[in-house]
Amino acid sequence: MPMDYATLRIIWWLLLGVLLTGFAVMDGFDLGVAILYPFVPRTETQRRVLLNAIGPVWEGNQVWLILGGGAVFAAWPLLYAASFSGFYLAMMLALLGLILRPVALTFRGKFDSPTWRASWDWTFFVSGFVPSLIFGVAFGNLFVGTPFRFDSALGMEYQGDLFGLLNPFSLLCGLTSVFMLAMQGATFLASKSEGDVSRRAGNYGSLAAAMLIALLTIAGIWLAIGVDGFRVNGEIIKDGPSNPLLKVVARSRGAWLANYQQMPASFLAPALAYSGALGAAFFLRKGTAKLAVAFSSVSIAGVIFTAGCSLFPFLLPSSLNPDQSLTVWDASSSKTTLGLMLVVALIFLPIVLAYTSWVFHVLRGPVTEAAIECDEDYHY
Amino acid sequence: MVDLDVVSLSRLQFALTALYHFLFVPLTLGLSVLLAIMESVYVMTGRTVWRDMTKFWGTLFGINFAMGVATGVTMEFQFGTNWSHYSHYVGDIFGAPLAIEGLMAFFLEGTFVGLFFFGWKRLSKVQHLTVTWLVALASNFSALWILVANSWMQNPVGAHFNPQTMRMELSSFTEVLFNPVAQSKFVHTVSAGYVTGAVFVMSIGAYYMLRGRHRDIARRSLTVAASFGLASALSVVVLGDESGYTAGFNQKMKIAAIEAMWETEPPPASFTLFGVPDLKTETTKYEFRIPWLLGLIATRSIDTPVEGIKPLVEMAEGRIRNGLPGYVWLGKEGGGPTAEIPQDLESSMHDLGYAFLLKRIRPDIENASEEQIHEAAMSTIPDVATLFFSFRIMVALGFYFIAMFGVAFYLASRRRCGRPWFLRMVMFSLPLPWIAAELGWVVAEYGRQPWIIDGVLPTFLGVSNVPAKDVALSLAGFVLFYTVLAVIDLVLIVKYVRLGPQTEEELATFHAAPAPAQ
Repeated sequence: MPMDYATLRIIWWLLLGVLLTGFAVMDGFDLGVAILYPFVPRTETQRRVLLNAIGPVWEGNQVWLILGGGAVFAAWPLLYAASFSGFYLAMMLALLGLILRPVALTFRGKFDSPTWRASWDWTFFVSGFVPSLIFGVAFGNLFVGTPFRFDSALGMEYQGDLFGLLNPFSLLCGLTSVFMLAMQGATFLASKSEGDVSRRAGNYGSLAAAMLIALLTIAGIWLAIGVDGFRVNGEIIKDGPSNPLLKVVARSRGAWLANYQQMPASFLAPALAYSGALGAAFFLRKGTAKLAVAFSSVSIAGVIFTAGCSLFPFLLPSSLNPDQSLTVWDASSSKTTLGLMLVVALIFLPIVLAYTSWVFHVLRGPVTEAAIECDEDYHY
Repeated sequence: MVDLDVVSLSRLQFALTALYHFLFVPLTLGLSVLLAIMESVYVMTGRTVWRDMTKFWGTLFGINFAMGVATGVTMEFQFGTNWSHYSHYVGDIFGAPLAIEGLMAFFLEGTFVGLFFFGWKRLSKVQHLTVTWLVALASNFSALWILVANSWMQNPVGAHFNPQTMRMELSSFTEVLFNPVAQSKFVHTVSAGYVTGAVFVMSIGAYYMLRGRHRDIARRSLTVAASFGLASALSVVVLGDESGYTAGFNQKMKIAAIEAMWETEPPPASFTLFGVPDLKTETTKYEFRIPWLLGLIATRSIDTPVEGIKPLVEMAEGRIRNGLPGYVWLGKEGGGPTAEIPQDLESSMHDLGYAFLLKRIRPDIENASEEQIHEAAMSTIPDVATLFFSFRIMVALGFYFIAMFGVAFYLASRRRCGRPWFLRMVMFSLPLPWIAAELGWVVAEYGRQPWIIDGVLPTFLGVSNVPAKDVALSLAGFVLFYTVLAVIDLVLIVKYVRLGPQTEEELATFHAAPAPAQ
């Protein structure tokens, strides 16, 4: 089925949202459990319940991040180049967290010393909290605009630094991300454990869901009255070359919410974000944690697509030269590559989902404290 | 203007993190297949000693695997963080195999490796064996895709320059996938991983034999690894030769530098077994040459010449001059929504990358003088001495492995592998496959210099626009952090090797020992 360039770009924008959602849903289990790690468990056995709950699945979950990175590289090379290098030190900090997580999980249990384990416990928390915060802060900076521009050969110049990223709105987005992922980790943990651990995970999860709802609302109001949005002026060429130097962009207050007026269907995204979080809190209270996982995941999809719909068609707005902002229409790969990668994704994503579900099915059932104490198959 | 500090720091950071990552990769490649073989024997014979072996080597595999995963994320991030112009310029082609690697290989590997450790009781024997094979298969898939990507940097086929987007774009994915460099590199690298796994298993097995511990498991491990290693070592050398052949028609300068061959010799060229390259006089001293050999390796013929460094520099000069008109045209017309390369400039655009070499010398390259063009052409010579020696050490190690595995195979088949001289030799050979593998990457990547993509984009143009101090900071962070991790990793591996394989009952008591309450 031949497809035109504009359609392929839209599909890849949707797929970007799907992959980010996949990352936040799946790796959210691990990131969230790490964020809750100082709060939920009280004893060594309970700590090991947390570690072994994500123990068999964290490697697979982390691949969603790798795939996200790879897909942005392949489908949106300019976005990959500009964001990763522009957010240089922030990315390095996130990376540090992502390296520490597997290492903390693997190394912690291999010596019996309390100091050894306590150090890795602390490291494990950092490895969840820091990347969660940074990914949210990065998202926030998309709305604020990032200080980059291009020369005529598309060589990029970036004028910001790490502290420039830490503006108030972006920090708010960072916290939103932390609570969102804490909610996700909590629902997973509540469903994978019993007794004390499950109960406390449920309590923290409801709290995180409530915080998520509150922070989303604040962020929405802030976007409407406190942040200058971006809008493409004049005719938009949807199938032109991927060159971000060929358009004119204006900034105005409230422009980030304009899409919702023009396309009321996009209200579906924030509606899912809110109702998902409410549902997660409700089912955590009721003690049906599996449903809470589902609702929390829906909420995450809602949050990510809310951000995406507000920004559309922008991917990475430039505060230095808004005309050179990256959009869906001028930052993609060639038509050939988008088409090829779509075929690959359509073949392999269903296969991945199928065997991932099978593995979760094999590992079904809670990780209990009793089992941790006598079963050598709990590896961590 | 090009900030050379950022270039050097970024290169150093990439080289260090890549070499570090590759300390873990070959062992994952080799050990995963060995685990699958051992477990297959368990499932076929039902003897529990093979399951205990699988679990023991699996523990060491797990420690190594986590380090591989952790340091691998760094590699993917770095293209964007440190090589953003590269990412923009070739992302249309280079990004695809990376994304496919994630979809096809990493998911498979990451999803099933957890079941390998946690699934012994939850899965049937055959199911668990399938999981182990899938992990092994997946790690090999990932090697395939990353080497397709890497080989495109060595031999950029199936792509063209698009003046409207000012970047390289994909013309033919099949050409990228069936890049002859990728085919030979894949088998060469994977076999090197198998050799590493085999040496690792044999070396630790030999240690147990010498100590008289775990003889059952040690002897079986030695036997399996010896036969597996022998086949792999032969394959490494044969496919290394294939790599030499493919590089012979694509990266002539790399071959010439590896051989420190300054002038073109009348064919078939001789192979310099040993010598000391002297860069100043552009000659090689104290040479010991084997007639014909290089000509045979690099051209598979006796009448095709292997070109020397000096004539290749002259050729580069010509290509720089040829590329300049295309560059000038691009400055005027490039980036427009309708820009099309004029027919008379098409050959010039093929040499655009060569014109870029002048950017290191002056920003307005169209005004370059004759001396400056010559200087830029001279910059196409990689570091001859490093390549010359790295290559020779690597090849010598390759032949050593064949000999070692050959002896091991012979002794094992006669059930005489308990000889102390042999066990000591095997035990002390432990670091050698890593040395060979790392030197292999030095030859491949340092030998690609000054190009990040051979003939298309010079390395110094690939970097990000980030402050040098930020890169210095991240580099210092990596050095510190990776050193600490390396120490801990080694301590853990030594601990678990000393502890040795446990039978099912021993394991149960070991894990049941409660950790001290806090």
